[in-house]
Amino acid sequence: MNYFQLFGLPETFELDLQRLSERYRELQRTFHPDKFAASSALERRLAMQRAAEINQAFHTLKDPVERATYLLSLRGVDNRNTAAKVDQAFLMEQMELRERLAELRSQPDPSTALEELIADITRRTNTVLQELTRQLEESSERSHTAAQESVAKLMFLRKITREANEIYDELLED
Amino acid sequence: MALLQISEPGQSPVPHQRRLAAGIDLGTTNSLIATVRSGSADTLPDEQGRHLLPSVVHFRKEGLPLVGEAAAAYLSTDPQNTIVSVKRLMGRGKDEFSGRGFRLPYHLVETNSAVPRIRTVAGEFSAVEISAEILRALRRRAEKTLDGRLDGVVITVPAYFDDAQRQATRDAARLAGLNVLRLLNEPTAAAVAYGLEHGAEGVYAVYDLGGGTFDISILRLSKGVFEVMATAGDTALGGDDMDHLVAEWIMQQAGIDPEAGHHQLRRLMAVARQAKERLTGADTALVKVELENGTQWEGELTRSELDRLLEPLIKKTLGPCRRALRDAGVSKEEIREVVMVGGSTRVPLVQERVGEFFGCTPLTSVDPDKVVAIGAALQADVLVGNKPDEEMLLLDVVPLSLGLETMGGLVEKVIPRNTPIPVARAQEFTTYKDGQTAMAIHVVQGERELVGDCRSLGRFQLRGIPPMVAGAARIRVTFQVDADGLLSVSAQEQTTGVQASIQVKPSYGLTDSEIEQMLKDSLAHAREDVAVRNLREQQVEADRVLEALEAAMAADGNTLLDDEERVAIDEAMRLLRVARQGDDAQAIKRALEELERRTQTFAARRMDASIKRALEGHSVDELKV
Repeated sequence: MNYFQLFGLPETFELDLQRLSERYRELQRTFHPDKFAASSALERRLAMQRAAEINQAFHTLKDPVERATYLLSLRGVDNRNTAAKVDQAFLMEQMELRERLAELRSQPDPSTALEELIADITRRTNTVLQELTRQLEESSERSHTAAQESVAKLMFLRKITREANEIYDELLED
Repeated sequence: MALLQISEPGQSPVPHQRRLAAGIDLGTTNSLIATVRSGSADTLPDEQGRHLLPSVVHFRKEGLPLVGEAAAAYLSTDPQNTIVSVKRLMGRGKDEFSGRGFRLPYHLVETNSAVPRIRTVAGEFSAVEISAEILRALRRRAEKTLDGRLDGVVITVPAYFDDAQRQATRDAARLAGLNVLRLLNEPTAAAVAYGLEHGAEGVYAVYDLGGGTFDISILRLSKGVFEVMATAGDTALGGDDMDHLVAEWIMQQAGIDPEAGHHQLRRLMAVARQAKERLTGADTALVKVELENGTQWEGELTRSELDRLLEPLIKKTLGPCRRALRDAGVSKEEIREVVMVGGSTRVPLVQERVGEFFGCTPLTSVDPDKVVAIGAALQADVLVGNKPDEEMLLLDVVPLSLGLETMGGLVEKVIPRNTPIPVARAQEFTTYKDGQTAMAIHVVQGERELVGDCRSLGRFQLRGIPPMVAGAARIRVTFQVDADGLLSVSAQEQTTGVQASIQVKPSYGLTDSEIEQMLKDSLAHAREDVAVRNLREQQVEADRVLEALEAAMAADGNTLLDDEERVAIDEAMRLLRVARQGDDAQAIKRALEELERRTQTFAARRMDASIKRALEGHSVDELKV
């Protein structure tokens, strides 16, 4: 039983997240170890394994990067070493974003500059997500290769978002 | 073949009596115990009507240690034998004991154990043993009030407690002879106590500022399910630190030497605390201090001066609030209400700043001192089995990332923070030398990239790896965190299937043999018989297993078992019942193990059947829509 089947959802990248959460809670209501507090040690152990599987499945389907990677693996696409597939132009953009991040502190109003930068990264992320949705819908060999590239791009963008957020916290604490 | 009782679905075949369960808030400054009686939960008072038990233990040359008010009376006269705020020392190493605000007045003892001990006139004690004294006092109070033995308890811990701190809390409960149903995070308990489950839906924040710890949790409530989305905090920030700041101000004003003696410091802390509490309702507080030279100093602390002193500390709590919101992926506007927990949230400036930050008036209607214990009692009542139809379910997360040391002292994260529990994640390793048969793994907890900046949880030795050329072995190490937030590790070599044995050396925890020894010592102390207690534990376990299995057999025995399997299980149950009547703890244990072995397949089939049922229910739902 794959994760989509476990949650009773269609095997697509676009997902009804509301339904996913509802199904998650229903499943945990049945299998969470707390529901087995009065059962034997063995049943408690089995329940814990099941609940952990459900959590893993939820985690995978909830997150777009994880979901895309999982969907690609279900379609037999090898996901290793996708970072190498990113094109030159995108890498240049990343360098540029990183430079902007590094120069923030010397800006007259670093907080506002950072907020703008984060908004910019979010826009770029949304664009890649839209491309990814299309690529996974098309589901051809060519589109799968493109989807892998999109996943790699999202990972880059996610990393820089995390770093930007950390700097934002530091700025607010000063 | 034994006759089976057939029951209506959802009904227990054995009409069992109400079990005694309690919720315990083991706090830095005060501890409480609460229970559900005639449908509502409340904390239990002592004979003098006091609900709060000060978390203070006083050791004496003769006689049992004193706990609570009686112990607190010795705070200024005998500080070295009177231990306060022991929660701050739980799961901590010797190097972590010092350097937190004021110097600790206790004598630490060098031992072989990873866990430091404090020297007192009654002997040397670890934080776990001292906490167990507090738990024993609470247990006595509950068992006296309820007139019976407690079947199980839920103990709360700060959501931000790491694995070592949680393990230490569990160990303390074991020493106190308590059956822990669950370690529950304090903010989750508070959310439950607020009765948020009754119709409340949406995203809530719980801001918990206690005596020594700060937690912020973001929860989503939906149809009785409390889903923790993110948690953040600081395990060394709380009301104690506020008192330190005020005490420092007094010292400065009164010209007291910062190197003053223990007695003076203890007294100052008490005076500072009173002044702080006074300023909750008043605008000024009179401060009187007895100086070492016998004269008295008098001064006035105003609200605005106090606010100025506390401002930086309160600001420090807002960083984690921002991080928790971000990790949860929600904005401030989405927060419906903020629940305030912990005595320190009574400070007006705290309520003001938190209200400003979240843009809403914080909820303070349930006594912030009692709210956690009450929530724990509600959960304990459900877990012990008194409410079989209860819909409530609490889903928690790992508060701090779990990782492994890799080459060059770097950390590789295996389970990131805010991952829902229970969780199991595996990581593959290989050998770097030909014929290598063992491997050392260092597990750490924290968010930083360098091992040295994270907390060391333990070191694991994998042995019995089959000898192969370098890089050929594939060792899969699985990390599992259970619903209490406790970590366990297992390992298997993938190409041969050999299970590697693991030796755990907890960095700051007690080993099993240390716990056993403490158990023996403490029982000798309490004049209880180890054998009697052991037998009772086995009998309770046998009753529990038999009852659960009877219900399972009645529900699914006909459909999931063939005659042969059924006879085998019935026979094992019969043998367990016979053993249960006797007084041989070992015999009961063996019968239990045999029964577990014979019911393994049955239990697994029941799980699969439940999954199918859950999915069927789903398609029926869909047809209705």
